[in-house]
Amino acid sequence: MRNLHATLLAAVFAVPAAMATAAENVTSFMLENGLQLVVIEDHRAAAVTHMAWYRVGSADEPPGKSGIAHFLEHLMFKGTDDLEPGEFSRVVRANGGSDNAFTSYDYTGYFQRVAADRLGLMMQMEADRMRDLVLTEEEVAPELQVILEERSQRTDSSPGGLFGEQRRAAMYLNHPYGRSVIGWRHEMEGLTLQDAVDFYDEHYAPNNAIVIVAGDVYPEDALALAKEHYGPIAANPDLKPRVRPAEPPHIAERRVVYEDPRVSTPYVIRSYLAPERNAGDQKTAAALTFLAEILGGSSQTSVLGRSLQFVDPTALFTTAFYSGLSLDHGEFGVLVAPVEGRSLEEAEDDMDRVIAEFMETGVDLEQFERIKMQIRASEIYELDSVQGTARKYGAALTSGLTIEDVQAWPEVLQSVTPEDIMEAAAQVFDRRRAVTGFLSAPEAAEQEVGQ
Amino acid sequence: MIRFISVLGLALFAALPARATVDIVPVTSPGGITAWLVEDHSIPFVSLEIRFRGGASLDLPGKRGATYLMTGLLEEGTGNMDAIAYAQRLEELAASFEFEAYDDAISISAQMLTENRDDAIAHLRGAVVSPSFSEDAIERVRAQVQSIIMGDANDPEDIASATFNQLAWGNHPYGSKREGTAESLAGLTRDDLIAAHQGALALDRVYVGASGDITGEELGLLLDTLLGGLPAEGAPMPDRADYALNGGVSVVDFETPQSVVVFGHQGIFRDDPDYIPAFILNSVVGGSGFASRLMTEVREERGLTYGIGSYLLPLDHGELYLGQFSSDNERVADAIEVVRDQWVDIAENGITQDELEAAKTYLTGAYPLRFDGNGRIANIMVGMQMSDLGTDYIPTRNDKVNAVTLDEIRTIAARLLQPENLHFVVVGKPEGLETTN
Repeated sequence: MRNLHATLLAAVFAVPAAMATAAENVTSFMLENGLQLVVIEDHRAAAVTHMAWYRVGSADEPPGKSGIAHFLEHLMFKGTDDLEPGEFSRVVRANGGSDNAFTSYDYTGYFQRVAADRLGLMMQMEADRMRDLVLTEEEVAPELQVILEERSQRTDSSPGGLFGEQRRAAMYLNHPYGRSVIGWRHEMEGLTLQDAVDFYDEHYAPNNAIVIVAGDVYPEDALALAKEHYGPIAANPDLKPRVRPAEPPHIAERRVVYEDPRVSTPYVIRSYLAPERNAGDQKTAAALTFLAEILGGSSQTSVLGRSLQFVDPTALFTTAFYSGLSLDHGEFGVLVAPVEGRSLEEAEDDMDRVIAEFMETGVDLEQFERIKMQIRASEIYELDSVQGTARKYGAALTSGLTIEDVQAWPEVLQSVTPEDIMEAAAQVFDRRRAVTGFLSAPEAAEQEVGQ
Repeated sequence: MIRFISVLGLALFAALPARATVDIVPVTSPGGITAWLVEDHSIPFVSLEIRFRGGASLDLPGKRGATYLMTGLLEEGTGNMDAIAYAQRLEELAASFEFEAYDDAISISAQMLTENRDDAIAHLRGAVVSPSFSEDAIERVRAQVQSIIMGDANDPEDIASATFNQLAWGNHPYGSKREGTAESLAGLTRDDLIAAHQGALALDRVYVGASGDITGEELGLLLDTLLGGLPAEGAPMPDRADYALNGGVSVVDFETPQSVVVFGHQGIFRDDPDYIPAFILNSVVGGSGFASRLMTEVREERGLTYGIGSYLLPLDHGELYLGQFSSDNERVADAIEVVRDQWVDIAENGITQDELEAAKTYLTGAYPLRFDGNGRIANIMVGMQMSDLGTDYIPTRNDKVNAVTLDEIRTIAARLLQPENLHFVVVGKPEGLETTN
């Protein structure tokens, strides 16, 4: 029965899987100044997404300057020698487009979404601010207040946000992944115009950038526009390789206990340091992707969900997650939020018991086949969002992967075996390389909410 | 050089595609169910968006939360399948079904592969037409909803919205949370859920949008299979909600470094002849991100917030004009003053010709970019049907926007923006602010 099922799936999927690869129409070019151009064609609508990704993120910040990568991202909208503060976005909007930017540990990205015939104008302005940013105190001072308000909103107003920041700091003994992207408040308060300029001069250059154009555009047209606008910018000859302080061996389990009166659903969460996807070597990461699905992908069908949320439930919510798209380290995590009246210690015991049982019984082959089916299908569904495809390539290329790695990923996933998954699980489930966190409200506050 | 780029931007504008090219075909199934379809066979899957008008506002007195809980149980078992078997089958099909209960509608968002579409529809039909509502599933989901209610009671953003709605709408369902209260949720029985299901999911209130790899004929047959077993008529719609809030400030004490503010007053219905001028006006006030007045004055000029926005909320039975932002406790009073000043200024003086032109250019240019995926297209088509717009709305919408004059904007600004009625709900420890009245 199991074999029949597998055969059936293979037959059903042979065509769409091949189509998925063909339909994700990707072309890559390298300009002479080191800028990589990636073109993703989708001619269904006359729109285009233009993104500039820099291989620099918060993990590249100098010590004491946490938050500067993200602060600079905000300041990139504050004008150049050719553009007034705010004019960049005004021109985008005057052309019916929208624009924004984002910062992560390993990358900083800027994007516009416009009608396809505006691509040249977007490139003209993005190329302009790659080297010609002009900052004044008048613009920098209020923007510092804005990022402090952003920290208040995203982190300080959220018990889960503060807890995550503390757990991350405990996870990394030496690597800058231990600092949050937004930065520590006391360091953010001290960031200056000069800090931003120094960071900009060092990292913003064509040989540290990837431009992705996705939508109704042909590769040769995009290349011609890129040569015109980005081509003349000189490379930064002093660009340093991205080598961050490395982690020493992790030999001691860490535990983080955080109480906050705003917590209404207490939970226990454990993050293990895990291998990330590496160029030409994504097999363990693929196995861990399956492991997260198997353990905590769905409340109804995952190992944690079925064991703890059904038949005499002891948990309100469970999940497992794996983040492997990262330059230096990945993380694998499990979370259990116990039902009312059950302690976090008991929830942790439940979690450990289920994981131990899983290590004994191994992978359920029917579940394994269902997950493979879903991964295959997601390749088809993803084709519907060219912006999502653009982001996928940008994040991968700034995290040390190549276009070939991105395109090989579905195959690597499909070639994972149950044995690979158990091997990866045995490798990752080592408490010495894990942070276990308890989040709850102080006793008194918990009672108050209960009333 | 500044001028050069600006001029270039404007010069290019002449070439802007001002019309969205989406080919909507109305479809009527053999059984009489109507739908709008955009066919696109380039990717082998289809997105379906199905909505039932009414939603959580159909809750009967004392049964608040019934529609929400019922919707949460649709995927928790049907026929001889329990929740686990149901989810396993869904995974085998690699389809995705989402069910949501909103104030005025229940939505079903589904996407399924072409090659197993019939099986996926048969599976979805079980959830929509014959959910089990088994006692163990009811208790499991009820506990999850209780935790949502407790979480919201501790979340300053939820407290702010809930407080505003309660003050604005009182005892109308809009005045309370659709999840219900801990008490009302605890009191719901299986019979209540069956009644909510029968009342909410009926054929006299269903709207369908479909986009992707399917023909009109296939869609018609699919809809009869999927929805054919539902009752012809559902529960009566709720009454109009009476707005009960005056201008002022309501402070809700909450221990947090940053106050959350929800502000607003009455708004405008979607079928109001001045809706499009109001929509353009709001785009300038606070509906369009960085370019808006509120974002410029509160964030860019003064750094008083990370983000501020405003929006028209035309519900079926009540209409609001709302805004929201967060500011550190010591600065929030200043931010509120800036908002009030803008309200007074725009109510009296309207906006400038430049602002109107920039808003028009943006809104008309951005409109065609919305139709960029099966799920989004299906979604937009259902929204249009529920707002009583015709299939000709898409090609003519930008003309309607372009036709609005500065005078019309002034008129709607004087009507829509009511500084004296502006009410601010502030959740936090705001300095220098107290509840008025």
